[in-house]
Amino acid sequence: MNAVKFLFAAYIATWVIHGIYLVSLVRRFGRLRQQLKEFGKK
Amino acid sequence: MKRLFPILSVVTAALLVYALYEALVIAPTDALQGDVYRIIYYHVPSAWTAFLLFFINFIASIQYLVSAKAATKNAAKWVVIGIGVVGVIACFLPQVQRLIPAGMRPSAVATTVLAIPAFYFLIGRLFPGPKLDVLAVTSAEVGVVFCTIVLITGPIWARPVWGIWWAPGDIRLTSTLVLWLIYVSYLVLRRFSNSAQTQMLAAALAVFGALDVPLVYFSIWFFRTQHPQPVIGGGGSMDPRMLHTLLDSWIAFLFFAFLVCWSRFRLELLHREIEEAHAMESLVGAGVAAKASLPLGRSSQ
Repeated sequence: MNAVKFLFAAYIATWVIHGIYLVSLVRRFGRLRQQLKEFGKK
Repeated sequence: MKRLFPILSVVTAALLVYALYEALVIAPTDALQGDVYRIIYYHVPSAWTAFLLFFINFIASIQYLVSAKAATKNAAKWVVIGIGVVGVIACFLPQVQRLIPAGMRPSAVATTVLAIPAFYFLIGRLFPGPKLDVLAVTSAEVGVVFCTIVLITGPIWARPVWGIWWAPGDIRLTSTLVLWLIYVSYLVLRRFSNSAQTQMLAAALAVFGALDVPLVYFSIWFFRTQHPQPVIGGGGSMDPRMLHTLLDSWIAFLFFAFLVCWSRFRLELLHREIEEAHAMESLVGAGVAAKASLPLGRSSQ
């Protein structure tokens, strides 16, 4: 039973890392879109 | 293309959910390790995906480096064809077969060798000019994410099975860590260097960094290591249901990696477009300022 904790820890860690990376991509997209909007206003 | 992304996202999500179901429910429990062995269904596909992405980065970097001169590009094309032809023939020579680790099929090595020219020409055709550099940075970044997962899930698996989190000095573990560090330094170089040579330097670093990939892969054949022997292509045995689950899991992760790479690629293109627009704006601004600073009589020249 104790070893199963490690299994779930590994699976959760995998998706946490992917999640963090995906959020960083979305935030970078948002920043670039904002810059594009500001650039369009000029 | 815009419609393809949401469709692929749904397919990928379905594949990942099915792979998870297979990994946790369908795949049988290992007689020695129990359920904890199921970490293999995330650890190994992540490693294979990272290797594939670093290989794409390697090919894109070489293409980028040689594309500066037409003569070099032409010479590189023939070198790559030569590597493919000679490599495949060599794999079936008895003298060379003696050097191939026991359990590894020569046909598997020949297929891997053939992947070099195949990827080289495919990438060159699909990503012409500056897009090669965009592909290089995309594959390196997503590759680092997958390699990070390998380095985190590995110790989590090792703790209950080996009794230790990390085996210091183990060639497989150390070379994987070095690989991760090389590509992190590649990304740091690209992020913080403003030199006009940054792309060239990064491409050169990537070519040398990729040399670590075969070392990581073959280390378990050539050195004594705590890491287990490969279950595919290395003479190891695995329950067919386990193998099936492992391959399904890899397909799901390949779809996921493709989608992430696609997004990152578009992000990099957008970033470069905005940078170019800013540079053009600065140039135009500088031109106006220079004109304004000239005496009135000369401003029309």
